[in-house]
Amino acid sequence: MTETSQSLFQLLFWILVFPGFLFSACLGLIVSWIVRKVSALVQWRVGPPFLQPFYDVIKLMGKETLVPREAQRIIFMGAPLVGLAAVLLLSTMLWRITIDQTTFVGDIVVAIYLMALPSLALILGSSASASPHAAVGTGREMKLVMSYELPLVLAFIVVIIKSGGQLSLAAIAQQSPALSISGMLAFLVALLCVQAKLGFVPFDIAEAETELGSGVLMEYSGALLAVWKVTQAMMLVALPLFLVMVFLGGFDADFLSGLEKPVGTLPVGIIVLLIFLVTGLLARFSKYIDILFLLSLIAACLLAGLGKYVLIVVLFILIKNTNPRVRIDQAMKFFWFYCGIALAVAIILALVGNTYGIGWL
Amino acid sequence: MSWKIWSLKKSPWVFHVNTGACNNCDIEIVNLLTPKFDVERFGIKLVGSPRHADALLVTGVVTAQAAPRLREIYRQTPKPCVVFCIGACACHTGIFRGGYHVVGPVDKIIKEIDPNAIIAYVPGCPPKPEAMISGVVKALSVL
Repeated sequence: MTETSQSLFQLLFWILVFPGFLFSACLGLIVSWIVRKVSALVQWRVGPPFLQPFYDVIKLMGKETLVPREAQRIIFMGAPLVGLAAVLLLSTMLWRITIDQTTFVGDIVVAIYLMALPSLALILGSSASASPHAAVGTGREMKLVMSYELPLVLAFIVVIIKSGGQLSLAAIAQQSPALSISGMLAFLVALLCVQAKLGFVPFDIAEAETELGSGVLMEYSGALLAVWKVTQAMMLVALPLFLVMVFLGGFDADFLSGLEKPVGTLPVGIIVLLIFLVTGLLARFSKYIDILFLLSLIAACLLAGLGKYVLIVVLFILIKNTNPRVRIDQAMKFFWFYCGIALAVAIILALVGNTYGIGWL
Repeated sequence: MSWKIWSLKKSPWVFHVNTGACNNCDIEIVNLLTPKFDVERFGIKLVGSPRHADALLVTGVVTAQAAPRLREIYRQTPKPCVVFCIGACACHTGIFRGGYHVVGPVDKIIKEIDPNAIIAYVPGCPPKPEAMISGVVKALSVL
């Protein structure tokens, strides 16, 4: 086997199997189960079984795919694939940076663009579907994107200022800006922006199950809907991971990469998988073991050095379950007015702190 | 059993169609989602669009106004799908039989456009939530 074909295989393996599609999609579906289960427990329900998100996706793959007669076929069917490709690239990139510091100058900018792509694909796909409900959803999604993109980019600018103008994620992930006042402000704003990006409850204005009947996704069915579900699940992995790298100083990379490369992550992965399997089998027998399973899943994540990721996901779930949906004008006012002011203060603090060498500002 | 049917049984998403019901059956359907019954345990989820649905929960006699809508919704639902007639009215038009506005029970309307449709009946006025769960389980077990 020649050198180039070997590196091609390596690349394909990265994108399709380990940090890429298979791994991120499975992790994302597991995390979406955690979100549903914890929401159910908060409401004193039992909640769905562990493999429920997998059943949902498999079922959708087997269903008939309907395309509305008036829809723009190519855009309607291409948009989910664009969204999936963007989030796949994003999560592969972020995991590669986490595992073996593969980085280049400006990858934070690339990541910001890739993060915006799934929402744009959603807007394209739903506006191509020729449905009035989807059109209302599209309008709302556009306004939402316009509201949260500005504060999100400003929050990253705070981090870039704090790190002294670094533009590569591996360098930014060396420090944790969230330990300073300006960094904390930026982190909180970015957390809410990502909540809106994921379409979670206070900002699920575009999907609005109760009044728009799932809005932007209304006309999607079968395999195309499955692609959207997988995309959303992978966003649930990639976006918190990005927040961890930018604001919280990345994962305990030593724990992952300190083991022997390139199989370094394999033993950890196998241990985590074994814990999943054993507790998953036990969970079939009792109601309470289900909760035990949830806890052991979180413990496994902590063991694998994913504690900061768990923290962010828990924050998402808490915000999701304690807030009603806001109107679109309230969301815009919140993001532009309140978050804008907070970030202006944060940028000034960060600049002052940098100029006079005060770390905690 | 093919994997399509297997996975359909594991996660039946339902869409609720009111074709002229008195709202009694509808309240009992919403009751299924409450902590007491919590059908999300079985992967059953109430969705907002017939294109996401695997089962249609139809309540009410089909009125002349509602019949074309019911046909359209059935066409929009991706197959394979199951139609559940919830309540006495949907099963056999109940006390409204022969009314000037009634164009027939649900199964008649559905079979006009798809003779091979899978139709399940849960009678009652309104049916108890337990009866609905049992109806869903029975319907899925014969698929």
